[in-house]
Amino acid sequence: MKQAFRIAALAAAIGFSGPALAGLAYVSNEKDNTLSVIDTDTHEVVDTIEVGARPRGILLSKDYTKLYICASDDDTVQVLDLATRKIIDTLPSGEDPEQFALHPNNKHLYIANEDDAIVTVVDVTNKDVLAQIDVGVEPEGMAVSPDGKWAVNTSETSSMLHWINTETFEIEKNTVVGQRPRHVEFTKDSKIAWASAEIGGTVHIFDVETIEEIKQIDFQIRGVPQDRVQPVGIELTSDGKYAFVALGPSNHVAVVDAQTYEVLDYLLVGARVWQLDLDKDEKFLYTTNGVSGDVSVIDVEDMKVIKSIKVGRYPWGVVIDPTS
Amino acid sequence: MKAAHYWHCFVGIQTREWLRFWQQRTRFASALVRPLLWLVVFAAGFRAVLGISIIPPYQTYITYETYIAPGLCGMIILFNSMQGALSMVYDRELGSMRVLLMSPLPRPFLLVTKLLAMGVVSIGQVYVFLLLALLVDVEPPLWGYLAVLPALILTSLMLGALGLLIATWIKQLENFAGVMNFVIFPMFFMSSALYPLWRMNEASPWLYWICQFNPFTHAVEAIRFSLYLEWNPMAFGITAGVTVVFALLATTGFRPQRTKILGGKPA
Repeated sequence: MKQAFRIAALAAAIGFSGPALAGLAYVSNEKDNTLSVIDTDTHEVVDTIEVGARPRGILLSKDYTKLYICASDDDTVQVLDLATRKIIDTLPSGEDPEQFALHPNNKHLYIANEDDAIVTVVDVTNKDVLAQIDVGVEPEGMAVSPDGKWAVNTSETSSMLHWINTETFEIEKNTVVGQRPRHVEFTKDSKIAWASAEIGGTVHIFDVETIEEIKQIDFQIRGVPQDRVQPVGIELTSDGKYAFVALGPSNHVAVVDAQTYEVLDYLLVGARVWQLDLDKDEKFLYTTNGVSGDVSVIDVEDMKVIKSIKVGRYPWGVVIDPTS
Repeated sequence: MKAAHYWHCFVGIQTREWLRFWQQRTRFASALVRPLLWLVVFAAGFRAVLGISIIPPYQTYITYETYIAPGLCGMIILFNSMQGALSMVYDRELGSMRVLLMSPLPRPFLLVTKLLAMGVVSIGQVYVFLLLALLVDVEPPLWGYLAVLPALILTSLMLGALGLLIATWIKQLENFAGVMNFVIFPMFFMSSALYPLWRMNEASPWLYWICQFNPFTHAVEAIRFSLYLEWNPMAFGITAGVTVVFALLATTGFRPQRTKILGGKPA
């Protein structure tokens, strides 16, 4: 029996030590001032990179050569070169950057400055600050539509979405949603936007053309008190079938039918699940679990959590490089 | 004595156990009610309690239902083995055990065959239980259902041997309530069946050590690890070792005539 297990283990080891075609996931560890790099084939941490103080929001440049990091306590956005894994530059960001979004033109970076109630737009090629837009109190979430027309900011205390025209850098419309909106995600065709409200416990679906709310989703998890159900991160599959919503301290990710907006299932992950990202083939979904300090891996086809990987303290954001 | 004789005897004992089982089909069903109540009612209340830490063999956070399922498999075997012990006392009182042991084949062979026969019925129940557990999302990997079989056989042999050992001590049928209080409940509760041992250690270290010395803990862990396709040499080793000790004690100590009804003094 033992022999059989040894042989199996050996076979597995040989199988995994093939050429490195693996995808890589980058996870920002808020309290460790590091990024964890995870191989998405083996689901193991392969590297840890030192970065600025309190890294939270992270995103990839559109050509996937750089990673932008909100180093919140350093009041800056850092630029990491993915080939060398070294910080090569910093960008002006305004105070306490937490979340940001990159325009499809790969130049305009929209940064939410929580303490100043503004959104700063920076040109990443020459570091020019193009605009500072006054928004509601405590701006938090930031998203730019894939067609590049809209930038949406959420303000936590005002409980609003601010719809910014990316040509004029002016707010065209404000829409009220549930309390403490956290995150906005556009569908690939830019027609629908999903917004999560942390304290409200809801997700709001907007028709982008009319900027009208078309649906509100509520969540109820068996055995979990309602006040712990706090939607934060949202991730949509590109085939338009599913949406995944990270439900914070309820330690669950909701699986939502992206056509009917019905909640299909709740998957148990680590404590205080925050942000999520799909890998290139959309086979696996990675979630950051802040309090338990790990990343859970969800098999999208089976809709099952298959593993949780220890990373640094308080993992916040996760992005998976589709080219690696 | 030829192998054919052994085989004939083996088949005979198995058949008799199946006949007994077949006549008590309702017992098969009612024996499933107990673990299912634990799984569906008891575990539901603690559903979200356990998602705090990842312990091997699990790769991620699990619900409480998932945690206690292997322990409940052990519970099925435990209850059946003790019930088997009861039936052996009963057989002894009726004399059918003496008929069995009058066979010229070696007594250890007869008794181990009897244990295996009882084990087959228990393991059938465990598999039915595992299938029903799918309904509350206890979903071990598919190969786990096969990999768990050696652990189930070993557990049923160990607990069956324990039952046999107890049967040698019980003088009367009425003493069986004591078995319930002094064997089944302590063995089940002071094990890793309901709570992981690190939790026990937090609550009280001495309780933790009692659990560690309880062979049922290691049987449950052997079931748990193999159900999730992990190899746990310590759990298997301890369970196998204890099985051998129990079986030796039971087969050498078993005296069919040691009952009050039949009057005779222990030989």
